[in-house]
Parts: sequence; structure tokens; C-alpha cells
Amino acid sequence: MILIFLIVVPLLAGIFSFAAGNNGKTLALVSSLVTLGIAGYLSAYSCCDTTQWSMEWIPRLGTQLSLMADGMGAMLCLLTAIVMLVVFIVNWNKEVEKPGAFYGLMLLSQAGITGVFLANDALLFYFFWELALIPVYFLCSQWGGERRVPVTFKFFVYTFVGSLMMLAGLIYLSLQTPGADAYSWANIVRAGSSLPAEQQQWVFWLIFIAFAIKMPIFPFHTWQPDTYEQSPTPVTIILSALMVKMGMFATLRWLIPVVPEGVAFWSETVIILSIIGIVYASCLAIVQTDLKRLIAYSSIAHMGLMSAAAFSQTQVGVHGLMVQMFNHGINIAGLWLIVSMVEQRWGTRDMTKLGGMAITAPLMAISLVIISLANIALPLTNGFIGEFMLFNGLFQSASSYSMVFMVIAGLGIILGAVYTLNMVQRTAYGNAVAAVVSKDLTVNEYIGLAIVIALIIVLGVYPAPLLDMTATAASVIVP
Amino acid sequence: MKAIIAATIIGVLLMFAGFLVKDKKSVVTFAIVLFLLLFGVNIWELMEAGDEPQILFNNMLRIDRYSLWFGMLMTGCTVLYALLVHKEVRKVGVHVAEYFALISFILVGVYLLAGYNNLLMLFLGIEIMSIPQYILAGSDKRNLKSSEASLKYFLMGAFSTGILMMGITLLYGATGSFNVTAFTFMQSNMLNPMALAGIMFLLIAFGFKVSAAPMHMWTPDVYDGAPTPFTAYMSTIVKAGAFVGFLRLFAVSFAGLSNHWMMILAIVAAATLLVGNVTAVFQQSVKRMLAYSSIAQAGFMLFAVVAVNATSWQGMTIYAVAYSVATIGVFAVLMKLKDNTYDGFNGLAKREPALAFFTTIFILSLAGIPLTGGFMAKYFVLLAAVENGQLFWLVIFGLLMAAISVYYYFRVIMAMYFKDGNPELSTEVSSTDKVLLGFTCALVIAMGVAPQLFIGSI
Repeated sequence: MILIFLIVVPLLAGIFSFAAGNNGKTLALVSSLVTLGIAGYLSAYSCCDTTQWSMEWIPRLGTQLSLMADGMGAMLCLLTAIVMLVVFIVNWNKEVEKPGAFYGLMLLSQAGITGVFLANDALLFYFFWELALIPVYFLCSQWGGERRVPVTFKFFVYTFVGSLMMLAGLIYLSLQTPGADAYSWANIVRAGSSLPAEQQQWVFWLIFIAFAIKMPIFPFHTWQPDTYEQSPTPVTIILSALMVKMGMFATLRWLIPVVPEGVAFWSETVIILSIIGIVYASCLAIVQTDLKRLIAYSSIAHMGLMSAAAFSQTQVGVHGLMVQMFNHGINIAGLWLIVSMVEQRWGTRDMTKLGGMAITAPLMAISLVIISLANIALPLTNGFIGEFMLFNGLFQSASSYSMVFMVIAGLGIILGAVYTLNMVQRTAYGNAVAAVVSKDLTVNEYIGLAIVIALIIVLGVYPAPLLDMTATAASVIVP
Repeated sequence: MKAIIAATIIGVLLMFAGFLVKDKKSVVTFAIVLFLLLFGVNIWELMEAGDEPQILFNNMLRIDRYSLWFGMLMTGCTVLYALLVHKEVRKVGVHVAEYFALISFILVGVYLLAGYNNLLMLFLGIEIMSIPQYILAGSDKRNLKSSEASLKYFLMGAFSTGILMMGITLLYGATGSFNVTAFTFMQSNMLNPMALAGIMFLLIAFGFKVSAAPMHMWTPDVYDGAPTPFTAYMSTIVKAGAFVGFLRLFAVSFAGLSNHWMMILAIVAAATLLVGNVTAVFQQSVKRMLAYSSIAQAGFMLFAVVAVNATSWQGMTIYAVAYSVATIGVFAVLMKLKDNTYDGFNGLAKREPALAFFTTIFILSLAGIPLTGGFMAKYFVLLAAVENGQLFWLVIFGLLMAAISVYYYFRVIMAMYFKDGNPELSTEVSSTDKVLLGFTCALVIAMGVAPQLFIGSI
């Protein structure tokens, strides 16, 4: 029963926020505190147990209102709640046009994303998948940058085509085992895994294409840098810290157990695509001068490593992926927050025109350094343990090229250090940008970044809670 | 049966009301009250009906739960239509009572098409439904485009009726019967060429009526030329009526012979989707875009006919309702605007936020986004096609086309929300309008969340 509140609270708050006008942000803050409380409670009890809740919905279609949280689901709900809270705190002082609608849409997308992480029924999962997308479409198109309308539309069409293909795959699977709960996770898994290998191989692509677009994996990534750049930063955070995890999560929950033989057949292909993505995106990140585009490409590179590990079909790889999903969400949200502060203060994201943050805003510079180090997975930051396990998994994978994969993916780490440190150096150090008076962190920004940095350091030194939480879930996916 | 009689009487009453009552407003009120009564009669008949179908007039009509349910839904849509657009109907011309009388006769045709058991009754149903439309299309007599639309529609309609008649004749020649159940005895492997030709003629004739490609050429001109309130009616409820006749004939009579026509109809469905969606992309006028989108939506409804299984009937019902309600909603908004191009929608969200929000929901439904009726409608017809087992290519093709449709539908949303402008309204939006549109909106969402309410027991 507690699960439904995780969705209903932001949903209702979102709907009311449209009418609330300027009070929208208060509503958003309160709602995200409440959801954080619920998600925290849920996570505390989810290490070894799954929570379930279901209700009859449309029996004719074989779909139920069925929710389930295992360790991975609970962890991602927690991530969603934390990220939303931090976003709302940091944006507290910012003026947005039509605040009621803005915060309403943010909360609606939160409801959709949480729903994706909790859905235990394929059709319900599809509904939430779209529910998360529509508010983000409106957010980007209304509050984004100059080229926002065509860019966001491209993003929408990309993901919509993907999800339609997924729908076709899910309908096909549900028809294998008709009945009042044909769409339940257990039934879909049973239906998929009992299909002959050949059919699994094409059902794999029907379903996977939606996830590949969302993650995004090379060559389905072309919507991503533009969309990240044009979106308002709070929405970019939702996109990169949370919606991208929808793709990862869905691969683990709705693909790998569902069509195991299809996954086995195509895993090398996907790993190769992912690794191409790592190198390609890292190289592009190096030459970017726009902060947002740089981080966008770095995100593609990180996603490449994560999806490669997802398809390594090793337990340690999948376990590491779950941990990394959480950590990457925290780190990238932190990076975007700093970018938005930079943009607000200096009026530009162009690194050639920035510099000297350490002189004018030392606290912000320190935060940037810490988050950047976490982003390149320095030991004792939260990025390290996940990435270590990802490489471990990739190395252990059954593929005869596992060594090659690991070496090339390792190149990504080096390139990652190149562009990240370059970014830090160009924005934080050097000569101060003259004639611009800048303020250091305000109180709410301080609180937001403090949460992020505290998580980075605590989970870097003591990652056990995350590892314990997801251990069972990982062992279910790869026995 | 009660509903058929009631609708006929209402039609006659309304015709006379035109002579007796000169005040347009009271005529409209009278018409709406009568339609509401008709809806009540529908519900009454449905509640009384047992599980056994009612066979009437020497097996000419077969009123079963499905035909009653479908008739009830279509009457409901008509009531909604009358409530939403009666102001615009008043503006078309002076003969307001006659317009509503004709609409009432169209409903008689829809009831007959949902319950015919004999090809002659099918013919009657089609004609009763079509002839009032020719008049409605030309009702704006001062407007040349309207007259052109009427003439074009009449010529094409007469042509397709000829083909329909030809098909019926050939089938009669092959089997010696007009009864729809007579054809179920035809053996697929020993099919008389005459019967086969008859089936093809019927397929083409229905293709005309539901504007399936390549028999769709008349549609955009007629829909564009006819007065907008009547376009709204022709492209929704009338189309649904033609479709239910189509489905009934092919599912009841020719299901056993599907290996002879399934591939042809599947290709027709694919062509309809392609033509409707691709051409709609290039339109500048929203009214014309809706005409092409109605062709595209017909492509999806054809899925139900192609698949001929139990899900087809449910799919057809929910598709007819979801599509009709959303389209009527969009038309109701469109008629409030002076400029019917996309640019006419620019900045509507600032001027009339409620109107823009409702339009968004209707558009999302037409595009088939989840949690709206349009999604459930598409889902059911796709499900019917997947269950059929041979049509998976058509399903994938349909999904790709649905993605294209997002492009032209979302242009309306983009114009309303993301472009600046000051749209001119032709009529002020009263709070009654807003309540009615809000109710329509709620219906669209209810269909998306609880489709079983609209499928009923069928």
C-alpha cells in the first residue's frame, strides 16, 4: 500500500500545483519531502524483502494495477526523491515563468518516473513510461533555450517510436499467456523465456530499441546532446539523472529476464555498440566548449559503460550497474546544478569565456572539484565502487573478446579524466572573468550541494548500504 | 427497434418544427431535448434486451446486444455533438430544424447498419445514412465550396452505391439469397467466381463509404468544403456507422472466406494509413489536416475489419467512440477560432488556457498517447490484428504511421503553447462551453483509464 503513495503524492501535488500559481514551489518541496520520507522508509526495509501491492484494473486486457519494489526499485525511487528534492531546494530562489505549471509538470514527471521503477505489470509500465515523457516534453518546449521546440520534438518522436515498438513486443508477449494477469511481470517473463530462440531474437529488438533510445546507446543517441543543451537545467537533471535510469532499469527488469536467449544472442552486438559510444562520446566531449554539451557527451560515455556491463551477463557487472545507477544519478545532478549556477552568475556556458571561479566563488569551485572527481570515479568517491564492479563484470563476461572490450572501455576512463579535468581547470582556475561580480553559494544552493557532496563522500567511503540493498535483485537477474 | 422508430419520429417532428417555430434558439433547444430523449430510449431498450437477439421483419433485422450498445454510444456522441456545436449549426443557414432532422435520419441509418441481417437492409441503411449527408454538405447555399462539396459527394456517393448494388446482385446470383448468414455456407475452396467478384465489389463500395485509400479522393474536398459543424458529424459518427456495417458484413458473412480478401483489405488498410498520414503532414489548414487524419484513423479502424475476430467488435466500438468524441472536441474548438490554419491556434494557451488544455487532451487522444481513449482504441484494434496471427507486418507498419501522426497532431499543441500570437475568436467562449468541453475531456480520459465501461458486455 505504501508503494502507491510514492506515485499518488507527486501526482496529486502536481495536479494541484497548476492551480497554485506561485505556491507551486512550496507544494513541490513539501511533496518531495514526503516522497523522500516514504522512499527512505521503503529502502530501509527493502534489502532482503520485496514489497508488493496490486489491484484489479482492466481484466479484459489482462492488466492489473500492480506495483512491486525490490532492492533495485526502492533504490531508484530513493534516487528520484533525493534528486527532485535537491532540484527544488536549489531552484528555490529562481524565478520561473508560470511557476504553477512548471512545478506541476515537474511533479507529474516525478510520478511517471517513480511509476516506471515500481510497475510490476507490463502495460502499467508502458503507461508510466509515457507519463514520464509527456510532462518533460512540455517542460522542455516551454521553458527551454532558443531552439527548444524542434529539438524537443525530435526527442519526443524518437522516444515515442521506441516505446511504440516496445508496446508491440509487449502485446506479442502477453498474447502467449492470455488471462486476467497476462501482463504481469511473472507472466511476461514466463511467456518470453519459453519462446523459441529465433523469436526471442527479434522480440529482443522490439523491446530493446525503446530502452536504447532512452539510455541512449550509440547510434540512437543523436537526440540527446541537443535536448540536454536546450532544456532548462532542472529538466536536464530529470532527463539525465532519472529518465536515463529508466532505460537502464527497464533493461534489467523487462529485457534480460524476459528474453534470455535473445539477450545471449545479441549481447556482444550491444556491448560493441556501447563501447563505440564510450570512445566516440568521450572524443566529442573533449572538443566541446559548451559546458552543457560537454556533460551531455560525458553522460553518453558513462551510459555506454553501464550498458556494456548490463549485457556482460555477469552478476558482479549487473550488481555494479545497480550501484552505479544511483551514484551516476547523484553525480550528474551535482554537475548540472553547478552548470546552472555558472550560467546564472556569468551569463554564459562557454568555457573559453569562463575562469577563476576559485577566486570569486571558492565554495562553488570546491564543490565542482569534488563532483568532477566523483564523475571520473576516483577512489573514495561514490563513482569508484560502481565503475570498478562494471569493469570487473565486463572482464568476466563469457565473450571471447572480453579483454578487448575492457581495454577499450578503459580508454574511456582516461579520456573521461581528460575532459573532466580540462573542464574543471577552465572554469574554476585561471584568471577571474573581469567585470562580473559574482556571489558565492546562496544558502539554498549550499544545502543542495551539501546533500550531493555528503552522498558522494559517504557512499564512496562506505558503499555497503547500496551494495546490500541491491544484492538480492542482482542475484535474481543473473543467478 | 424502439430506437429506430423513435429516431424516425424525432426526425419527422423536427422537420415540422421548422414550419411551426421560427425562433432558431428554441428549435435548437427542442432538438437537443429530443436527442436526449432518444438517448434515453436507447438505454431503455438496452436494459430491456435479453441475451437472445431480436429477429424482425422476416429476418431483415437482427437487433442484438451489440447493435443496441453501438447505437446507444453513437446516440450519446450525437447528443454531445449537438450540445457542443449547436451555436455553429445555427450560423450555417436558416433551416436549423431541418439540419437536426437530417442528423436524426442519419442516426436511423446507423442503427440499421448496426443491426441488418439482409443485404437489402444494408443497402437501405447506407442510403438513409448517405442522402441526408449530401444535403448537409451543401447546406451553406451561399458558399460555392459547399455546393461543390455537395455535388462531389453526391456523385461519388451515387457511384459507390452503384458498386454496392452490383456486389449485392452478384452475391444474390451466386447464392440466391440476400440473407447475410446465407454466405457463411459458401465453401472457401469451391468459391463461385461470381460470389468472389461480389465480395470485391462490396469491399470497394465500403472503401468509398469509409474513405479508405485508394477510394478516398473525395474525402478532403468534401470535408473541407462542407460547413464545419457538419464536417464534424460526417467525419465521426457517420464514418463509424459505415464501419460497423462493414465489420458486420465481413465478420458475419465472409469471415470463413477471409483467405480470399484478407490480404487485399490489409493492403488497403496499409495504403489508407500511408496516404492519410503522409498527406496530413503537408496541410496548412487544421480543418484539412483533420480530413486527412480521419482517413488515417480509418486505416486503423480497418484493422478491426481485417482481423475479424472477437476483439474486432470491441476494437471497433471503442475506436468509434474514442475517435468521435475527440474529433468532435477538436472541431468544437476549431469552430471558435476565426482562422482555421495552424497559425490561427498560435498563442491560444495564453488567451484561453482552458480551451488550449482541452484541445491538448483531444489531440493527445487522436495521436494515441496512453491514458486517453485514443490509446485504448488503437490498442484494441492492434490487439485484434496481433491475435489474427498473420498481420504482424501490418501492426508494425501501423505503429510507424502512428509515430508520423504525432508530427501533424503536435503541430497544433506547439502552435497553442510555444508560439506567440493573438488568436481571434469568432464566438466568445462561455462558461457553459468550458463545462461541456471539460466533460468531453473527462470522457476521453475515462475511456483511457477504464475502457471496459465503454465496451460493456460485448
